[in-house]
Amino acid sequence: MSQAVAPVRHILIEGNKSYHNITEDLVSPTEKTPSREWIIAFSISAAFLALYIFAICWTVWKGIGEWGANRTINWAYDITNFVWWIGIGHAGTLISAILLLFRQRWRTGVNRAAEAMTIFAVICAGQFPIFHMGRVWLAFFIFPFPNSRGPLWTNFNSPLLWDVFAISTYFSVSLLFWYTGLVPDLATVRDRASGFRRKVYEVFSFGWTGSAKHWQRWESLSLVLAGISTPLVLSVHTIVSFDFATSVIPGWHTTIFPPYFVAGAIFSGFAMVQTLMVITRKVLKLEEYITINHIESMNKVIVLTGTIVGVAYLTELFIAWYSGYIYEQFAFYNRVFGIYWWSYFGMMFCNVVSPQVFWSRKIRRSIWWTFFLSIVINVGMWFERFVIIATTLARDYLPSSWSYYRPTWVEIAIFVGTIGLFFFCYLIFTRVAPVVAIAEVKSILKIAGDQYIGKNANKKGHGDH
Amino acid sequence: MASNSKKVLYGLYTDEEDLKSAVKTAGQSHLDIMDVYTPFPVHGLDPILGLKESRLHYLGFIYGAIGASFGFLAMSWIFTRDWPVMFGGKPYWAVPAFIPITFEMTVLFAAWGMTITFYTICGMWPGVKAKTLDDRITDDKFCVAFDVTDASDADVDNLKGFFTKTKAAEVNVKNI
Repeated sequence: MSQAVAPVRHILIEGNKSYHNITEDLVSPTEKTPSREWIIAFSISAAFLALYIFAICWTVWKGIGEWGANRTINWAYDITNFVWWIGIGHAGTLISAILLLFRQRWRTGVNRAAEAMTIFAVICAGQFPIFHMGRVWLAFFIFPFPNSRGPLWTNFNSPLLWDVFAISTYFSVSLLFWYTGLVPDLATVRDRASGFRRKVYEVFSFGWTGSAKHWQRWESLSLVLAGISTPLVLSVHTIVSFDFATSVIPGWHTTIFPPYFVAGAIFSGFAMVQTLMVITRKVLKLEEYITINHIESMNKVIVLTGTIVGVAYLTELFIAWYSGYIYEQFAFYNRVFGIYWWSYFGMMFCNVVSPQVFWSRKIRRSIWWTFFLSIVINVGMWFERFVIIATTLARDYLPSSWSYYRPTWVEIAIFVGTIGLFFFCYLIFTRVAPVVAIAEVKSILKIAGDQYIGKNANKKGHGDH
Repeated sequence: MASNSKKVLYGLYTDEEDLKSAVKTAGQSHLDIMDVYTPFPVHGLDPILGLKESRLHYLGFIYGAIGASFGFLAMSWIFTRDWPVMFGGKPYWAVPAFIPITFEMTVLFAAWGMTITFYTICGMWPGVKAKTLDDRITDDKFCVAFDVTDASDADVDNLKGFFTKTKAAEVNVKNI
């Protein structure tokens, strides 16, 4: 029986798939021996991960003095990279939570991989503040717990502590949401496996059977987790922006920061999802599940959020001028034309100008343009954080302290190393779990499969006898 | 009664619409379905199966309320009673500054509480062996199962007749 579907709905599953085809296509990447591309990519990631471990050991052994941060610019590369990774980690929850609430069906093709990406990006982000603490073995002091020092508690009024709560909550809730979604699919993998492999997946699928009552509870849980993750994801980058906005530094002390940071985070997160999806769909041959329609939908989000970010940049400049406050005016003049002018123009070009080409449908649906621009946007969003942080601190209230910041090799190695860490985790994930949510794709087959809707619909699928 | 093992008669269907009409027929003929297993959540199945709406989300609200009160009261107690610290001349009981952490605690408790409850009431945990009737249920088969441990031959024949009538692709018996 075909269901009533509006003719404007996109085809989201191509190739006249049956339920069994979906299982076959999505589980088989975890069952085959790894392809040569995977092994090469994995070796490169592992090499960068090794570099990361080396640079971290160097930092811990020698101290934070090995970084380029100085008395004036006391926060630089590490916080830039932290905010950049946290921003990237926003798209996963946005796709899985907000799009679930909006009933956007295209989310089913990309949510699993995007959520995994969120978790790995937050892991990468967490490295920077943890190791900037210096004496990393005392890192647990950031949590309030009854202790033998009084007990002396943490400062609950500090945005940095809010960050601790926001990011650890975000990480653990994203993990729950992702894993609970994964359990039925791991059961699918289990039921196809035998021997030792079956035993392993038996443990990880928690004894899932697919009972109707379990599905009902599972959907109820997913919906509530989506409902509470939506304000959570917005709160996380809002609180990250409070790290700056609650300070009294001109250029940081602005009320526009929370919405501007959130839009930027979604923007960069979607760009990273595009980078990964374009490669993943090709390498794992998932073009029929992650279709051009999915890519186009994400490009629409990119052009929207990119434009919001652009409006925010211009608003900041206008308000600085309009405030009539010379320190604010100087901070923004310096941001655009000062010592780091190149990063400001890099940011403007990459984040505001370049995504505008996505107004063209042809470019939105082009794989090469999407891939290229997703990289450009990620570079641009890195520049944005660098612009906000380094230019502002380099020219503070006291001209005799003015300084210039350049990263040392240790900092560069740590940053490049976290990219290795990210891909290392992601590549392992593509081998052990289905990268597309199998059960969710099956549940939309009859309303988004090409044999049911669109030009080539034959009005009777495999199930209609 | 001593043994936990159940004898189950089950039929497999190849499409969720066949499953739904079978479940409807079973309801009309007053057959007592043990459970229905599907590869994905089939919408519209719960009412015809007679499943009541899950109450999990009420618990989510309660856990969230516990988290919010715990976070807010703990901060209030610490900063006004246990160890008051003066930060820049601001009041000890700085309510607006407690909002972000209170919110995060609400979400944290609601999410963990609900997830743990979900796995507990479903009897799912690492190491639990799934009582799977057929490996294809997580692939493309939709299963209706009857408990026939204490059923007479006539009852079993009646159920087999039901599966034939509702066009089940396969009918099997298994002890789980």
